[in-house]
Amino acid sequence: MFKAENNTIKQIVNKNWQQIDNEVQSEQAVKMLGAEAIIKSLLAEEVDIMFGYPGGAIMPTYDIIHQQQENIKHVLVRHEQGAVLAAQGYARASGKVGVCIATSGPGATNLITGIADAQIDSTPLVCITGQVHRDLLGTDAFQETDIIDISMPITKWNYKVTEAAEIPKVIARAFYIAKSGRPGPVLIDITKNAQMDYLNFSYKKCQHFNSYLPEPTPSLFSIKEAASLINNAQRPLVVFGQGVILGNAESEFKNFLDKSGVPAAATIMGISAIDNSHENHVGVLGMHGNYAPNLLTNECDVLIAIGMRFDDRVTGTLDTYAKQAKIIHLEIDQSEIDKNVTTDVAVVGNVKYTLPQITQRIVSSDYSSWYQRFKELDKQEFDAVIKEDLRPTKKEMTMPEVVELVNELTQQQAIVVTDVGQHQMAACRYSKFKNSRSMITSGGLGTMGFCVPAAMGAKLAKPDAIVVGIVGDGGVQMNIQELGTIMQSEIDVKIIILNNQFLGMVRQWQELYFDKRYASTEITSPDYQKLSEAYGIASVKVCRREDLKKAMQTMFNHNGAYVLEVMVGQENNVFPMISPGCSVSDMRLK
Amino acid sequence: MSIITMEKDEKIYTLALFSRNKAGILNRVTAVFSRIKLNIDSLNVSETESSGVFRYSIKVHTTEKLIRRITKQLEKQVDVIKAVFSTDEYIVQQEIAMYKIPTSVMLDHIKTEQIIRDHNARILTMHREYTIIEKTGHKHETQDLFDALEPYGILEFVRSGPISISKLKTEFPDLKYGSKH
Repeated sequence: MFKAENNTIKQIVNKNWQQIDNEVQSEQAVKMLGAEAIIKSLLAEEVDIMFGYPGGAIMPTYDIIHQQQENIKHVLVRHEQGAVLAAQGYARASGKVGVCIATSGPGATNLITGIADAQIDSTPLVCITGQVHRDLLGTDAFQETDIIDISMPITKWNYKVTEAAEIPKVIARAFYIAKSGRPGPVLIDITKNAQMDYLNFSYKKCQHFNSYLPEPTPSLFSIKEAASLINNAQRPLVVFGQGVILGNAESEFKNFLDKSGVPAAATIMGISAIDNSHENHVGVLGMHGNYAPNLLTNECDVLIAIGMRFDDRVTGTLDTYAKQAKIIHLEIDQSEIDKNVTTDVAVVGNVKYTLPQITQRIVSSDYSSWYQRFKELDKQEFDAVIKEDLRPTKKEMTMPEVVELVNELTQQQAIVVTDVGQHQMAACRYSKFKNSRSMITSGGLGTMGFCVPAAMGAKLAKPDAIVVGIVGDGGVQMNIQELGTIMQSEIDVKIIILNNQFLGMVRQWQELYFDKRYASTEITSPDYQKLSEAYGIASVKVCRREDLKKAMQTMFNHNGAYVLEVMVGQENNVFPMISPGCSVSDMRLK
Repeated sequence: MSIITMEKDEKIYTLALFSRNKAGILNRVTAVFSRIKLNIDSLNVSETESSGVFRYSIKVHTTEKLIRRITKQLEKQVDVIKAVFSTDEYIVQQEIAMYKIPTSVMLDHIKTEQIIRDHNARILTMHREYTIIEKTGHKHETQDLFDALEPYGILEFVRSGPISISKLKTEFPDLKYGSKH
């Protein structure tokens, strides 16, 4: 029952604690300002772009950003929420740490929604905020706000720097913590005196942080148990999430699927982890996912969860979720094990290392009759939903047909960035991907306003990729000020506004669960063409199906940002659907 | 004195949590409880035998399912070195209480001396106006002394939360899926 090693606090702590804490005290220290140390530290972490907005408490650092503009690009956003969401888009598309910077007080609080979004979707971010002078802390000084305490529950780690000398060590830790293990956002709050004082600067990347174990070592026993369960399964089902992407384990995952032959369904965060045309791919899970993988979750005999966290939008009610199945959970974050679904075998560790060990222990099996069940249900979904979604008999356009046209015209090579709502579900259901990191969506927090800034960040991360933002008429108006950033920084994003003149997802729920009382869901839009024109962005509005393809081709041929507004059916619903509180077995087709 | 009321399936758990010494960690720790509106029954923080490492003794009453989740969410915090939970049978715990009573009571009522003897309490200080009595023990023991002294008039009363130490020779029982270190 007890561990033989490292079982007193003294033994744990004595492991190089002193040495670690002093590790940045290396040879060639250079005297410089704290503000310069911030930028030099970012450069040492190979940061080449940051998103931000200047203000009083961060001005010394902006002075250095100005001096260093050859080495580090700063994108001036129009609102700090745009900065943090752009940093997210950048991080999600590139796999690198996204960096944003803001001033104290309102600058810092405006970051909060984006930080919460990054925390729940495990996006590596380093957010730097200015803070009032150390001597003014706690005095309600101008633009003083306690951002460390405000951001505490939504950051993986945060730290208030009050001395210049702390800067290199803290930034090194921030990057290490943000990107290692299960990634997440880190906030560093730096007082103005720390930016303006001198320090002896030297930088050493952080490799270890006592008290923090990013990647637990998987037990061989659990790996063998998992392999044995899989080998004895008749109807296994893989459900995979963003963990595959975050662990850079796409090829290990593909090898596992190729060898095992097990059908695999994605969460919306995991969609692009594997080429969507892979023969084992059986669709998307969740409230508006595909019919077959949701229903068959309750028919499989072994459920293999890979880098996903059993979100309630995936599981429906837990009382009837996969009760018949043995559950294997491959997960890097120990606190996810048994949080929602009780596992039979937990394989704790990075899937990049655990998956190959399972793959080498499994034997291929023939699951053709099991796949037949998927085909039967796919056919039902096609007849009841997909056919009308993609080839509508009605005159009004549907969101899915627009999404499918994006697939066609980009040969499934685009990076698709969505907002939140009906169009997001349409994009997740119908977008097809060949490349990893090409579906960027706000999965956990469901942050409206995500699309436009995240698309900017994705484009700046992948300048050669086509970046398509798919957004509703509600979400686009939430961060529409970022059109100014797109204008000034000349960011070539293609934004498709699917305009149904409603806050569509809420309206759908009002129709289904609130007797069609459309409380505050009718929403009017500005003239997006005039608005785009005011920002110097090309734009067109499409109201008829026959004009759609040509308009979209024009958009993709256009050199530079583009806003394409498509008028879609006002009261279309997204189906299939698992009603809130219902079981995955009770997914409704209409 | 309020007695904690417990729902079915709930038990009293004691968490031992070890963290770095960094401003703000207490907030990270308590946020894990306040997030789910769970009251902390008592909390004590002190430096351990290793300098720079702090030990939190936290008592809560909750279900086993929740205490498992909470413990993992606490240990997940970057600055937390270790978190383990246990029930009362696996720990030795002690509280301290102090009672301020008028010195006149001590002089006028001979019985008070007997009460102090019977409860193995001791007098810390005596002043012309008041006398301070100290008692260590379990909560019910310090409560018994309170009840005995109350009829004579207590001017002030304070009780610490329990501090606890494991009955095991090794510090940490193994967590279900291996531990952080």
